[in-house]
Amino acid sequence: MIHIDIQKMLHGSSGQMLLGVDLKIKQGDFVALAGRSGSGKTTLLRILAGLESASGEIKVGDEIWQDKLTCKSVQKRGIGFVFQDYALFANMSVIENLLFVQKDKALAKHLLELTELEELQDRLPSTLSGGQQQRVSLCRALMNRPKILLMDEPLSALDPFMRAKLQQEILILHKEFQTTTIMVSHDPSEMYRLANRVVVLENGKIIQDGSAKDVLLKTSGSQKFSFEGEILDIKKIDVIYVAIISIGQQIVEVVVSENEAKNLHVEQIVRVGTKAFAPTISSR
Amino acid sequence: MFENLEFAPFILSFKLAGITTAILFTLSLPLAWWLSQSKSKIKSFIEAVTALPIVLPPSVLGFYILWALSHNSPIGAFFDEIFGIKLVFNFTGLVVASCFYSLPFMVQPLQGGFESLNKNMLEASYISGKSRLKTLLRVALPNIKPALLSAIIITFAHTVGEFGVVLMVGGSIPGETKVASVAIYEMVEIMDYTSAHIYSAIMVSISFLVLLSVYIFNKRYVKKVGL
Repeated sequence: MIHIDIQKMLHGSSGQMLLGVDLKIKQGDFVALAGRSGSGKTTLLRILAGLESASGEIKVGDEIWQDKLTCKSVQKRGIGFVFQDYALFANMSVIENLLFVQKDKALAKHLLELTELEELQDRLPSTLSGGQQQRVSLCRALMNRPKILLMDEPLSALDPFMRAKLQQEILILHKEFQTTTIMVSHDPSEMYRLANRVVVLENGKIIQDGSAKDVLLKTSGSQKFSFEGEILDIKKIDVIYVAIISIGQQIVEVVVSENEAKNLHVEQIVRVGTKAFAPTISSR
Repeated sequence: MFENLEFAPFILSFKLAGITTAILFTLSLPLAWWLSQSKSKIKSFIEAVTALPIVLPPSVLGFYILWALSHNSPIGAFFDEIFGIKLVFNFTGLVVASCFYSLPFMVQPLQGGFESLNKNMLEASYISGKSRLKTLLRVALPNIKPALLSAIIITFAHTVGEFGVVLMVGGSIPGETKVASVAIYEMVEIMDYTSAHIYSAIMVSISFLVLLSVYIFNKRYVKKVGL
């Protein structure tokens, strides 16, 4: 069990904000940390890692990592951390990056096999693709056999194909090393695939906390499905109004009544849902 | 025309530059590392003090150093009475003076190099359990090779090229404090233009070759590591 109960004043782009989080995480859980940028996700991760200070308490199992009197140094926490920008040691080859953390050749070899990197073990990080670098970073984070694995948007710089592949590898490693994993993510499909719990932060506070399905599914009542989108334009055509809405990478038209149109405005974030028909799914 | 040429001033210049560079490298490394990582309030104060030798006239710097190292100041008196070391008008004094004079040329490139490092990379090292010292030696230093080379070469070259401070603190004692730049000054004074030409040409060539090799190395290194 990890118990985090911390407070910290943050000076963000929108002025001061109090990051105040009280969170209990079960051992072996895979928690996704979601929320808009600037909501305090990364800071929370860094406080847990010991890279930033905060007031409050952090307890991991029976060990106190931080309370009023003590603060365990980052070196002694024995966690694994995966950065968004990989942060590999540029002067060391792939295998050296791993062995620098822990001189355990068998483990390094095993990790490189799992992530299909054995062939590249003598290459310098700068000669690898983004996906390969992030796998090295993942392997490196596991070299200390950490009990806690923290990942700060590990896959957001990668293309969708590489992302899906690495999600699979992350899941395999999470299970094999039995880590308690906390991952910052913006991608609902990624959270759904990997996490058994999703925590949403907004302005430094937890606003949602539950299973991936509960938090991520946006339908309510008898709605069959529902999407969040932004109104780009509202046009009057004869007696009806048509709202042009951008949903994900798509643009759709929705007929709205005059009364509804009055309450909507351009750039508003709305939810588009439907009840009365069965959607058809066709392959492209 | 070469029969009257003395190479002692050159040897002295390079000896002085070599010793100064070695001392400054050892002292500046922890200082530059601290400056690059620190959020302390006195950081700006320390930065301003280390940069002073760049803006001060060498005569001002030379005057203060001369005064501080002489018998008239507690520092000079202390070294003379306790260790029996005289610090003015000899080679030891020149080394001390050069260390002050060239300090910013060692500290600033090193600090710049450390500051340009990816902070996450250093943090990754701390997270994996490595101390600050080990991170400095194994991660930070190997990744700032161009800055390291620049700092060492520029400090060396700058010390070879110093004139005003050396003249004030060391005078011009042959074989002891008469370095190449002072020797050239004296040649011009006694209107020995031939020797002055030769000495100056040697200085220009060596300096140019040194700088050229730094730039070539840095270009190749950047290509290799892909910074």
